[in-house]
Amino acid sequence: MIHRTIPNNGDWAVEARGLIKNFGENRAVNGVNLNVRAGTIYGLLGPNGAGKTTTIRMLATLLRPDAGSAHIFGHDVMKESQVVRQLIGVTGQYASVDESLSATENLVIFSRLLGLSRAESKRKAAELLEEFGLTEAAKRPLKNFSGGMRRRLDLAASLISQPPLIFLDEPTTGLDPRTRNQMWDTIRRLVSTGSTVLLTTQYLQEADELADRIAVIDRGIVVAEGTVDELKSSVGRSSLHLRIENSLDIGVARHTVERVLNVKSNVSSEGGKITAPMADADRVADLLIALREAGIHLAELSVQKPTLDEVFLTITGHGVNENASSAPYEMPEVEEIRG
Amino acid sequence: MKSTSLNRQLKNNTGLGQAVRNSLTMAYRGLLKIRRTPEQLFDVTLQPIIFTLMFTYIFGGAISGNVKNYLPVIIPGILVQTVITTSIVTGVQLREDMDKGVFDRFKSLPIARIAPLAGALLADTIRYTIATVLTFTMGYIMGYRPDGGLGYVVIAAILVIVCSWSISWIFAFFGVIARTASSVQGISMLALFPLTFLSNAFVPVNTMPDWLQWFVKMNPLSHLITAVRDLVNNTIIGSDFVISLIGAAVIVAIFAPITVRAYMRRT
Repeated sequence: MIHRTIPNNGDWAVEARGLIKNFGENRAVNGVNLNVRAGTIYGLLGPNGAGKTTTIRMLATLLRPDAGSAHIFGHDVMKESQVVRQLIGVTGQYASVDESLSATENLVIFSRLLGLSRAESKRKAAELLEEFGLTEAAKRPLKNFSGGMRRRLDLAASLISQPPLIFLDEPTTGLDPRTRNQMWDTIRRLVSTGSTVLLTTQYLQEADELADRIAVIDRGIVVAEGTVDELKSSVGRSSLHLRIENSLDIGVARHTVERVLNVKSNVSSEGGKITAPMADADRVADLLIALREAGIHLAELSVQKPTLDEVFLTITGHGVNENASSAPYEMPEVEEIRG
Repeated sequence: MKSTSLNRQLKNNTGLGQAVRNSLTMAYRGLLKIRRTPEQLFDVTLQPIIFTLMFTYIFGGAISGNVKNYLPVIIPGILVQTVITTSIVTGVQLREDMDKGVFDRFKSLPIARIAPLAGALLADTIRYTIATVLTFTMGYIMGYRPDGGLGYVVIAAILVIVCSWSISWIFAFFGVIARTASSVQGISMLALFPLTFLSNAFVPVNTMPDWLQWFVKMNPLSHLITAVRDLVNNTIIGSDFVISLIGAAVIVAIFAPITVRAYMRRT
């Protein structure tokens, strides 16, 4: 991207205080606080239905918060919504481009709407298509586009006015690994030109690859916030997976794991498998001895990198899938992981 | 904390000029869509041809003695009925369009809020124009020679297109508040069917029972039909012409703001 006014690094690109949004009975967002520093990539990590998209939509003026406040570069999203719209680009979870038109036509129409002249719009469209490797497909209707091409076009459309803040809602969900890596490269390049990016993702790995800071969001509330390293060390570098031979022993085995490793464990839904965060690898030897003394036979043992499930387990005390059934939130749990 | 570091001219309002420019761009988008999927013009092409043929030959002898004498009565009636019915499609398509992700992008752009709606409605005037031209052409083929000549036919055509555009705001409103496209179609047909048939479009009003005459004379579509007949047959710009335009203006004044507001409320 050519030229860009780079905001002061001291500026906050996003400041949100106590954002609340209800859909009927259901509280989708329950008091989200966010601070995103200009010029950084910020990841909003959480499972489906956690309130990520609703939060982004409120920040992008697409949805009116029921309570709380949000400022984009100091401008109120409700009172100065039209100003905010001049500062942001939004790439939605579902491609926000026109299916029945071609890539060029899409970009020209968005450019015209943003106030570019006819000639400027054509030039801008050609330039963006070139940059996103879509020149060959420029004239084809989007119906024939692959998922990856559509996402790239979507992102290109968000960059027409070179907005200083870009919202990306699950930019790589449903993409194959190769296209996903291309998308990551594109996002990194954006920030190197001075843009701020706020992205949502379900994948810890994605947040890990891209984000400077992460907020973990669950059931409409931010349950942890920090740099990737801070978050990871709260989870443990990796996690221990144990499959035991006799599923009747699972209760005893789980108790032993929690006692020896001094962590909370999780039993997988298919049964017979215990997962626990592993903060200290030395303790595993102690655990194996303790299990043998208890007469519990292992079928399988493996060590894996933390998954989103484990981040959740550690931070919230419940797994991703248990969301609906567990007890409502208490703030101390948030404090716990920060301590 | 204000973002003085950003070298942009930031405004929190959109002027009339921008609203018109944005709407025209959105209308251009609508035309591109029609060009890409010309099959959506089937209804506006076939309906005027079939309806004009059918109604003229069914009712012509009974009402005016013969088909030729019936043409000055039926062509303006069919014209209004066909073009107004076409405007339902505007609401249906708007509903379908709004479910797509691209409307999220329109909402997030710093454009006039009315533009995505006004543009879509504006693009649809091409449909009304097609229906109008075809109805008059069918009439001409069947032997209709309006006394007003081409000039008054053009004025009448513009009047009908302007009024249909205004009425399409009602269907656009249904489109914005309805849950599905097919329910828009249903509600709109239900509203339009009595309005088009309980009018002076097909038969002389004095053949109807008193209570029905009262309604038919109130019916705004009767005024529009009379205005068109006055123009093309008698070269008169009368009170019905004025009433039609005032009615159209009132509809836009009421429905455009509530449609835009309902559109903004939708998530």
